[in-house]
Amino acid sequence: MQKGRLIRLAENDREQIPFIFDGQPFHGLAGDTVLTAVLMVTGVLRQAEFGPEKRAGFCLMGACQDCWIWQEDGVRVRACSTPLKAGMQLCSAVPDSWPTMSEHDEKA
Amino acid sequence: MKQILIVGAGPAGIRAAKIFVDAGLKPIVVDEAERAGGQIYRRPPKGFGRSAKELYGSEAVKAVALHQIFDKMVQKNQVSYYPSCSVVALANGLAHVLGPDGVFQCPYDKLIIATGATDRLVPVPGWQAPGVYSLGAAQIALKAQGVALGQRIVLAGAGPLLVLLAHQLIKAGATLEAVLDTSPRTAQMRGVFDMFFSRPITTLRGIWMRLGIAHYYRGAVTLREITTDENGPVAVSWLDRRGRLHQSKCDMVGLGWHLRADTHLADLAGARFKRDKQFSQWLPETDMFGRAAEDVYLAGDGLRIVGADGAECAGSLAAIGCLQDMALTAPDPSSYLGRLKRMMRFAKGIATAFPWPEKMIRTLPNETVLCRCEGVTVGQLRETTDWSGPEANRAKSLGRVGMGRCQGRYCQLAGAEIVAAAANLPVVKVGRLRSQPPARPAPISAYVDDDS
Repeated sequence: MQKGRLIRLAENDREQIPFIFDGQPFHGLAGDTVLTAVLMVTGVLRQAEFGPEKRAGFCLMGACQDCWIWQEDGVRVRACSTPLKAGMQLCSAVPDSWPTMSEHDEKA
Repeated sequence: MKQILIVGAGPAGIRAAKIFVDAGLKPIVVDEAERAGGQIYRRPPKGFGRSAKELYGSEAVKAVALHQIFDKMVQKNQVSYYPSCSVVALANGLAHVLGPDGVFQCPYDKLIIATGATDRLVPVPGWQAPGVYSLGAAQIALKAQGVALGQRIVLAGAGPLLVLLAHQLIKAGATLEAVLDTSPRTAQMRGVFDMFFSRPITTLRGIWMRLGIAHYYRGAVTLREITTDENGPVAVSWLDRRGRLHQSKCDMVGLGWHLRADTHLADLAGARFKRDKQFSQWLPETDMFGRAAEDVYLAGDGLRIVGADGAECAGSLAAIGCLQDMALTAPDPSSYLGRLKRMMRFAKGIATAFPWPEKMIRTLPNETVLCRCEGVTVGQLRETTDWSGPEANRAKSLGRVGMGRCQGRYCQLAGAEIVAAAANLPVVKVGRLRSQPPARPAPISAYVDDDS
């Protein structure tokens, strides 16, 4: 896994907050957004749907909608405007528990 | 009592709320942020330690004053405040508001829209890579999270934020590789006149900042390409004003060409638009009080790009206009009007100095991604134009540029240039994308009751 993209320049004296990203345990800091916490430990948030590249957010003000990622329970969050909470289980792709088109076709 | 809804709690929204509260009314304020202040006076989450001076520099006093005004109104229960909430749709005196607990409906009699602006973007080959951000994003990351978005940073574009951000990043200890300004020197010389005569101190401060980053700064640049590998940017290629090719190595690129008014809700509320030559974008038509349609008032950068000081004036004026229209006692608008006119002259200077790089866009190579949301290329839009005809909305329907989840915020101005160039027309002839609800993606679950 690529190392973190972001660099902390200030405000390092905050409580540690545990979270899971793609099954691995990590720590962010209290007050981090989901985007900050994830990009401190890896380089990207998700795979682009319409191109070969990966994505890591773009506007950070809730306008571009580039940074939506999944949680283990299937609910998505906009990473730049969602505060990190202890125990969050975040995923860069659709979680395994999510119904797929092929399952749907089999049932039909 | 008439119900007033203010959308946005930046400088304009806060000043509008204050005028209403002083007149004895209790407006509803809906704001997307966790804490009021807007973008330029954005507040970090609670528990962060940097001082206002560190966060806002020369504007610290204004920022703190604005935050205190709003916090006091909330404390005294003088406003109904909905933070972390977005208006996603509105019509006929009813707004749909998306918050952490789902969507609720908010009826209103009078509407003040102060939704601000986003970075105005120009596609650059490679800009879809992870690690390419808007300039605003880099400033938000620094201010509200205390982080730099990369180890080696190249900033490119035009406008006041380019130099300000470079200055702020260096001060905070980030590693800057280059600051690439696409504005020609002649434009900058023309613009600085209006800037200096309306706001000499601010202008001198800008020039001083520019001198401070002279080591990194390159003017009159044409951007060619962001070279990337699977992890993101590795270099930016650019031409200097003599046409010589250069490369700046990096792992993060910040892009932005001044600002684009976020007019989505204004459009849904019935505002009329005019292509503004100076700001190279479609802006709502209003009087000096922001009257845009019956019972609809606009203020701040979502109406015209005048910056935070101008937004404070415009917010006050919108509320004053609204009070006048309700036949209520309103404060004297003359001092706000005078100040706003001065800010507008300054804004005109800025727009002249840092122009929209029309030629750079019109000559983009076909393979350049134009729409970041859905990966539609410049070449695909050129092809679409052949059979859609040179009209923005038809090109959108058939070619999908502007239909992705950002709703055209970041592609439609460049898209219009591509369509216009393909038909050899001035960009005004291509028209403006009609806004559609929802203004933000809304999950279906937000509209479903738990009981059902």
